[in-house]
Amino acid sequence: MYKETILKKFEPRLDNILYILHELQDNNEQHYVSKEDLKLCADYLSVPYSFVHGVATFYTMFSLTPRGRNIIRLCDSPPCHLMGSGSLLDYLKNKLKIDVGETTKDGVFTLELTSCLGVCGVAPALMMNNATIGKLTPEKVDAILEERRKSL
Amino acid sequence: MMIKATINKIEVEVEEGTTILEAARIVGFKIPTLCYNPDLKPEGSCGICVVEVEGAPAMKRACMTRLERGWKVHTNTAKVRKARKEIVELILSNHEMDCLVCVKNQSCELQHVASLVGINTLTYPRIEKKWAVDTTSPSIIRDQNKCILCGRCIQICSNIQTVNALTLDQRGFNTQISDAFNEGMGNSVCVNCGQCTVYCPVGALYEKSHTDKVWEALNDPDKHVVVQEAPAVRAMLGEEFGMETGTLVSGKMHAALRRMKFDAVFDTNFTADLTILEEGTEVVGRIKANKNIPLITSCSPGWVKFLETFYPHLIHLASTAKSPQAMFGTLSKTYYAELKGIPPEKIVSVSIMPCTAKKFEAERPELRSSGYQDVDYVLTTREIARMMKEAGIDLREMPDEPADDPLGEYTGAATIFGATGGVMEAALRSAYFLITGRELENIDILAVRGMTGIKEMEINIDGLALKVAVAHGLGNARILLDKVSAQLANEGKSEYHIIEVMACPGGCVGGGGQPWGSDMARRARRNETLFAEDRSLPLRRSHQNPSITAIYEKFLGHPNSEKSHHLLHTHYFKRSPVDGKVVSE
Repeated sequence: MYKETILKKFEPRLDNILYILHELQDNNEQHYVSKEDLKLCADYLSVPYSFVHGVATFYTMFSLTPRGRNIIRLCDSPPCHLMGSGSLLDYLKNKLKIDVGETTKDGVFTLELTSCLGVCGVAPALMMNNATIGKLTPEKVDAILEERRKSL
Repeated sequence: MMIKATINKIEVEVEEGTTILEAARIVGFKIPTLCYNPDLKPEGSCGICVVEVEGAPAMKRACMTRLERGWKVHTNTAKVRKARKEIVELILSNHEMDCLVCVKNQSCELQHVASLVGINTLTYPRIEKKWAVDTTSPSIIRDQNKCILCGRCIQICSNIQTVNALTLDQRGFNTQISDAFNEGMGNSVCVNCGQCTVYCPVGALYEKSHTDKVWEALNDPDKHVVVQEAPAVRAMLGEEFGMETGTLVSGKMHAALRRMKFDAVFDTNFTADLTILEEGTEVVGRIKANKNIPLITSCSPGWVKFLETFYPHLIHLASTAKSPQAMFGTLSKTYYAELKGIPPEKIVSVSIMPCTAKKFEAERPELRSSGYQDVDYVLTTREIARMMKEAGIDLREMPDEPADDPLGEYTGAATIFGATGGVMEAALRSAYFLITGRELENIDILAVRGMTGIKEMEINIDGLALKVAVAHGLGNARILLDKVSAQLANEGKSEYHIIEVMACPGGCVGGGGQPWGSDMARRARRNETLFAEDRSLPLRRSHQNPSITAIYEKFLGHPNSEKSHHLLHTHYFKRSPVDGKVVSE
C-alpha cells in the first residue's frame, strides 16, 4: 500500500524510471532497490523485469543489495586522489573493517566510492548520506563517524 | 532513389539507405564484422567494421552507417587495419582463450575475425576475471568468460522472441549478460528456445549437453537404447557434414544411427502422425461441442512455456495432445516394451531434436506416463553431429536406410511438422477426413507455408468455414495471442478455430539446436526440403499411415480413447512471470 503511494507520485511513463527507482530506494529501510521494488517498478511501467534490472544495475547510485543506515561515498576522482583520498580510503577500510561496497556488521555504515562531487576546492571530500563534507583528515573522519553513531 | 559514391575508388550505385557494409559487398569488398548479423538490427557494439570516409572527422561503422551521395569510402587503409586489430586485441584481452576445448571451436566468429584481421601477437595485458558458469537451466549453458557483449542474444530474446529473459547487468568491466534478477537462466522466464545459442557468435551460450550420458547408455550392454529423430533434423544434419543447406538426409541419418549401435532406430515422424490423429480428433470434438476454441497447438515446448508464463488465461485452449517427442517417449516404454518383452526400466529413450527446449520438456515431471521419465536424453542436431564425428561416421558416405518398425513409418504430413505451418497443413489434411469421411483432394495448402510471420486462411469443410492462423517466432505469437485474448474478452469468441504456434522463427528448422550460424534465409531453404520430402512420399496424410492404424488396433483403441488420454495427453500449468516456475493454485 505504502509503495503504491510512491509509484502513484509519477506517471507510468518510461522516462520516469530513474525517479521511481530513486524514490523506492530512498524509502526502503535498507537503502536499496529490492527485488520487490524492481518488480513493482516494472509492473507499474509495463516493461520487462529484465529491463528494469538492466537500468538499476547500470547506474551506480542504485544498490541491489541491502545497505547500512549511513552511506559513505568517498570521492574517487583525480583532484581528491592528489589530495590523499587513497590513504583516507585505507583509513576508512581499517576503521570500519569493511571493503568498498560492504556494510559494517552492526549495519551502521556502508562504504562506497563516487565520481567527482564537484567540490574539488575542498578536496578530499566525501558524502555522508546527503551531506557533502570536504577538507577531510583522519581526525575529521573519526569525528564524522562518531557523530553518526551518536545520532542513532 | 539511387545514389552514387565510391568505395576504394570503385564507383558504386545503390539505393538510398543502403549501408556502407552492404554497398561494399556489392563491389566485392567484404568488411569484417562481429556483432553484426543480417537478421538483427545493427547495434555497432563491436566496431570491427570501421571504415574511413574522406572528409569525415572520425571513422564510421559500416554496418550502421548509410552510404551518402558522393562519399569516398576506404575500407582498407592503414588506420582502419590498425583500429580493427586493436579492437580484436582488446576483446581478446578479457576473453577466455581456451579455444581447443570450446564448444565453438572452428565455428566461432571471433576466431574467424581474429584470423581475418591478422592477429598474431597480443599486446594488451590480459584481464583475468573468472565468472561462474550459469548451469541452472535444463537446456542452456551461459558462460560469461566467453562473452564479447555484442548483445545479439538480448536482441533476439527481447525484440524477436519478446521473452525478455536477458539483459545487460552492471557496466564497464563488470558488465555481463544476465537474467532479470541475476538468479540464473533456470530461474527466469527463459523459455529455453535457444535462439540465443544460435545467434551467439562465440561459445558463451550453448546447449546443456547430454552426449556423455548417451555414450554411456550405448556402451551399457544392459540397456536397450532407442532413438527418435525430429522431422526438422533431416533437413539440417547434412550441413554439419559440409553438405549443401537443405540436403535431405533421412535415410543416411537412420543408417548412421544404426552404425552408432542404437538398438532401435525409430522416427519422431511416426508420433507426428499420431499427434495429428489425437490433435485432429480433439479439434473436431471441440468444434462440434463449440468449446475451447481456438485449439492451439502444443508441439513446441518453448511455446508451451511461453503460453504458461505470459498467457496463463489461455492454457485451456492448448491441445492436450503431447508433443511428438513426448508421445514417442511414452510409447517406447509401453507399447514397444510390451511388444518386445523388454522391461521398460532397461529402455533408454533418446531423442534427436533441432531444439534446446525439448531438453526442458523431457524433464517436465508430469511427462512420466510410462512410470519412468518418458524421454531420457535429448540431443540437439549439433550434439548428434559431434557424436557421429566422434564415432568416425561421415554422413555423406552413408547408404539410405529406413527407420525400424513399429515406431518408424511416416507420411509426408509428419515430415512437414518441421516447417512453420506444417502442423496446420498436416492437421487440415486429416481434419477434413475426420469431419467429412472424404479425402481432401488438393493437399498442398500453400497459404500456411512460407516465412511470413503470421499466416491466416479460411478453409470450407462441408459448409463449415474453418479459420486458421499460424505464427512462428514468439514475437509473432504474442501479436496473435493478444488479438485472440481481446476477441475472447470482448466478443466471447475468437475468429479462429485452430492456431499453430512454433517458438522459433521458421519453425523447427530454425530451432535452437540447429547448426551454428544459421540465418533466416537458410531456415527458408530447409523448409523447402521438408516439403520436397512430403511430395516424394507415397502417403501424405497421417491417417493413412499403416503403422498408425496398427497401433490403434493393437494398443490404443481409437484416437482420444481412454488409453490415449492416459498415455498421449497432458496438461499445463500457470507459471510465474518472475522466475518461470509453476505457480501452485
